[in-house]
Amino acid sequence: MSEPFKTLTSKTLTLSQANIDTDQIIPARFLTTTSREGLGAQAFYDWRYEADGSPKPESVLNRIDPTEHRILLAGPNFACGSSREHAPWALLDYGFRAVISTEIADIFTSNALKNGFLPIVVDQAVWDDLAAHPEQPVTIDLEAGEIRRGNVPAVPFKVESFARQCLLDGVDALGWLQAKLPYVASYERLRQDTYQPETA
Amino acid sequence: MSQPKTLYQKVWDRHVVVPETAETPGVMYVDLHLVHEVTSPQAFSEIAARGLKVRRPDRTFATLDHSTPTLPAGPDGQLPYVTEQARKQVETLEVNCARHGIELAGWGSDQRGVVHVMGPELGLTQPGMTVVCGDSHTATHGAFGALAFGIGTSEVGHVLATQCLLQRRAKAMRVTINGRLRPGVSGKDMALAVIAAIGFGGGTGYVIEYAGEAVRALDMEGRMTLCNMSIEAGARAGMIAPDQTTIDWLRGRRHVPADYEAAAADWLALATDPGAVFDKEVALDGAAIRPMATWGTTPDAGAPVGAPVPQPRSASDQKAIDYMGFTAGEATTGHKVDVVFIGSCTNGRLPDLRAAADVLRGRKVQPGVRMLVVPGSEAVRRDAEAEGLDKVFTEAGAEWRIPGCSMCIAMNGDFVAPGQLAVSTSNRNFEGRQGKDARTILASPATAAASAVAGVLTDPRVYLEAPVLKQASAAREAVGAE
Repeated sequence: MSEPFKTLTSKTLTLSQANIDTDQIIPARFLTTTSREGLGAQAFYDWRYEADGSPKPESVLNRIDPTEHRILLAGPNFACGSSREHAPWALLDYGFRAVISTEIADIFTSNALKNGFLPIVVDQAVWDDLAAHPEQPVTIDLEAGEIRRGNVPAVPFKVESFARQCLLDGVDALGWLQAKLPYVASYERLRQDTYQPETA
Repeated sequence: MSQPKTLYQKVWDRHVVVPETAETPGVMYVDLHLVHEVTSPQAFSEIAARGLKVRRPDRTFATLDHSTPTLPAGPDGQLPYVTEQARKQVETLEVNCARHGIELAGWGSDQRGVVHVMGPELGLTQPGMTVVCGDSHTATHGAFGALAFGIGTSEVGHVLATQCLLQRRAKAMRVTINGRLRPGVSGKDMALAVIAAIGFGGGTGYVIEYAGEAVRALDMEGRMTLCNMSIEAGARAGMIAPDQTTIDWLRGRRHVPADYEAAAADWLALATDPGAVFDKEVALDGAAIRPMATWGTTPDAGAPVGAPVPQPRSASDQKAIDYMGFTAGEATTGHKVDVVFIGSCTNGRLPDLRAAADVLRGRKVQPGVRMLVVPGSEAVRRDAEAEGLDKVFTEAGAEWRIPGCSMCIAMNGDFVAPGQLAVSTSNRNFEGRQGKDARTILASPATAAASAVAGVLTDPRVYLEAPVLKQASAAREAVGAE
């Protein structure tokens, strides 16, 4: 369950590096937690802190006000690597609500969408345009499926239709899946008898 | 005659509970759900909060691997956990498994192991199955012709509660590797060569099928290594069609079907039909693959050992080369190696340890190099010790540990110190992956062992002259003869 996601207007924060993997987003040594709360403190930890725990002044993530930069503009192949859902949990808790990139890893996309965090894939020209205007607020309109910036023509984007509806309604997929349990039961029965299951 | 199908589509079709539509993803049945301590606690909490049960504990199997120490309990009987939080995480899984009736290969079990080593070993993983785990290296199980992929913790909760996942069918890619691998070249080198060819994100949105003479010639462990690293090209899964090698390997394992011959006949029918169409085809020459090593901080930054670091094509490349302390145009074989790690779900199996031992036998780890050998499971540990491999490692000066993920993910207290250079048989060379500011070169077990002996990154073939190979195979025969 999460807050419904309809529109989001915010400045963007650009991290242009390619292949920002989930070990960068939250290092593995923080994964011994049994909670999903409070992981924003560890978001990009090794980018933000020295070995002794003091903040790195040069890190842009220590200089911005996270409440004003809710949209991350990231380099290609964002959030590749490990399947840890701690990555979207950490990004959300830090303050981000969406990421825009030219390419986003599969498992992260799936994890993000289940937590009310919107991953958006755009082409390079759109990415370049957004990166060139970091201080100008951008509006992500999920209902309309478009990104707007000032007077620039709106840019359409696609989100998998079911995940989109879940985001708009602020519901998660487990309830929907549970409603299919009668089909699951008959699938399990058919399979045992025939070894050649047909679809329900 | 029906439309020719790929292996992937055949396995997919067998598991559709509710077909996908434009509006909704398909409901896919999960045959085997593997669970470990790191990505499951929040999922168990979620289903508990909703008052749900685990639907099929009999299709769920758990182990302890990521947060576990690889040193045994001390004189006080206490396991040396890195933190109290790590201990608590392990205990949380123990409690959750007991509460929900899930079999756990925990402390004291002779079956415990790294999840992707253990599952196949026990015959839990079988051809044609769907296998999921909250772990991106779940693609390993695709070596058996299973559709296996990593999921997040929310999805772990979905599978616990419903035994199903919401899924859309991925695109299909075939990677064909013809020719025969040369001596001293392994499945790991093949994996690094494939990832270098496809690119780090080149497999995003695809399920890869590996095919061709060089793939067919791999043993099951080599196939697991190859499929394991599919995620390092961004692919959802990697698969290899079951064949006689698969059937021979699984026969007699604990969880395989009672009517094994009938099952085997069914498994052989899973192979991709002639004429089936893939969305993308990639071809490599297996005979051209040399021992590989990475020079950057992504797994696709691989090149033959001894090749110069390429000129950077992007700011990200330059950043990676700087992080590694290398220079474009130079060979990385001149840099002093501090740590060698052999283990992980990629290369922690018996043939991997044998390959490393074949290099080390009668030799010493270079002074100043720390070498850690971590078997992938209790079964691997037993078999390796029965062959005397542990002695080969310890006599050479390496540490022989108890099974776990260890230095691959560096969350259990085994890590590479800041700035140190490691040659590792694991799967990720990301910045800080093996410890804060650690620098990682990915390579095969033979290359890692050769690098431990030389103290610099080294092509293992210099140590694999005929006498050593003969000696190694004679030692193995002697054990088999007992």
